Amino acid sequence: MKLIVAIIRPDRLNEVLEALYRAEVRGLTVSRVLGHGGETDRVETYRGTTVKMELQEKVRLEIGVSEPFVGITVNAILASARTGEVGDGKVFVLEVDQVHRIRTGERDEGAVTPTALAQV
Amino acid sequence: MTQLPLLLALQASPPAPPPAVVPADTAWMLVATALVLLMTPALAFFYGGLVRSKSSLNTMMMSFAALGAVGIVWALLAYSLAFSDGTPWLGGTANALLAGVGTEAKGTIPHVLFLAFQGTFAIITAALISGAVVERMRFGPYLVFIVLWTLLVYAPVAHWVWGGGWLMSRGVLDFAGGTVVHINAGVSALVAATVLGARKDYGRQAILPHNVPFTLLGAGLLWFGWFGFNGGSALAASELAALAFTNTLLAPMATLVVWVLLDYFRTGRATAVGGATGIVVGLVAITPAAGFVSPVGALLVGAIAAFPSYFAIVFRSRTRLDDSLDVFAGHGIGGMTGALLTGVFALKAWNSAGADGLLAGNPAQLGVQALGVASSFLYAGLMTFVILKALGFVTALRAAPRTEGLGMDVSQHGEEAYTSGEGSILVMPDDATPATSPAAALRPQTAAR
Repeated sequence: MKLIVAIIRPDRLNEVLEALYRAEVRGLTVSRVLGHGGETDRVETYRGTTVKMELQEKVRLEIGVSEPFVGITVNAILASARTGEVGDGKVFVLEVDQVHRIRTGERDEGAVTPTALAQV
Repeated sequence: MTQLPLLLALQASPPAPPPAVVPADTAWMLVATALVLLMTPALAFFYGGLVRSKSSLNTMMMSFAALGAVGIVWALLAYSLAFSDGTPWLGGTANALLAGVGTEAKGTIPHVLFLAFQGTFAIITAALISGAVVERMRFGPYLVFIVLWTLLVYAPVAHWVWGGGWLMSRGVLDFAGGTVVHINAGVSALVAATVLGARKDYGRQAILPHNVPFTLLGAGLLWFGWFGFNGGSALAASELAALAFTNTLLAPMATLVVWVLLDYFRTGRATAVGGATGIVVGLVAITPAAGFVSPVGALLVGAIAAFPSYFAIVFRSRTRLDDSLDVFAGHGIGGMTGALLTGVFALKAWNSAGADGLLAGNPAQLGVQALGVASSFLYAGLMTFVILKALGFVTALRAAPRTEGLGMDVSQHGEEAYTSGEGSILVMPDDATPATSPAAALRPQTAAR
């Protein structure tokens, strides 16, 4: 049981969601965040005021998965979020102590494994 | 715009007294010119609301830029090509570089005012096309395109219909520009969308309007400005101007009601974007007819015009054709519907300089109208294709997919529509942008400013 946290470019979000869907990874949380990953600053000018946008818009995905899904999920994100330029983001895989599905009270693996797979 | 009386005056025999400037006409045309100019910023809001926020400034700038680029090329050359004496196909260069355009009377208004009034038409026509290429066309090539288009497409067609060209002498009725402005822009938009290709996300993910209130604001301001567009096309403070004005009030009302009802019966909801679109389609449809049909005719033109445009949009959105803001369905189809319905509902009883239409027992007028539609359709379509293909050989018309994904605002203009300022650092003028930054190399103008 792992929690996968991925920080990606907003303009790759749709590709990543599509790849995750194809990999049958269901259930995730998406949030818009600001961050900086060493990419060159974006320069903007407003009537003579020039600013460097140090923080870029990024998207954070949080996905709880069972062990067999860790590799699948990480690979799906790596393949779909990459552009090859600085600022593509990171994928973190974290240990998780417990997971509870609120609706059913299921615990741990049962709460994060796709339902179809669990029934097999 | 009926210049029939005007042309007759110019062709009259020498003994006729020289035409004089009429103060009342001048006063109305001054106001009308300002009203039509407002339509281009209005269009910027209409279009700007319909795109995603990351490309909204670029979309609005495509309209605003026409105020500068097209306005200047109009004054320097395109006006002469459209309105000075020449062949039936193209005007001459007698008024090029503003030569011979003074305060003397042109009709009953000063010549400079006539040039300014017509200039506002050229500006919005070019800006209309931008709706088909938003969120992907690079800004520089777009500017070159609208300048070339104004010279090579708008000016000749304006000459054919209004400047004494071959369509005018065949009696095509186009009061305020159904053919010259709307069919012309609509068909060019269709071709431009095809040549550029669809946005990378088109058909793969939902592309939603980012600010529907902007779109409603734009539609409202367009309607307001359109009173100058149609009412001013009488070129006088006359009964004819009052007729065109009232028809411009009535027709969009009918289209709005029919459009919203169509929305309601198809989807069970009356939508705001639909209502705004309906208003614009009604305005487009009444444009060629405004000074030739009765007010009852205007209501009918407006009501009927909702159907073809509505179903064209429904159909288009199921295809791969990314005419992003439906310029062809709105302006092309709406303009054609209006031009043909002018041939149906025109009544000489309301405008003696006009003609009777099909319902008044003159089916030939419908044929003449169809000729005007077909010729401008073919010419605008062909020429737009040639201009864009030629331009495409010289430079890339489209932004790279990566740039498109980031949004056109930052890449084309170095600005965003909605910034929080979080994480931004003020750059002092002296140490402007580090020369090593690739971002600076991409935007040399930021350092210069």
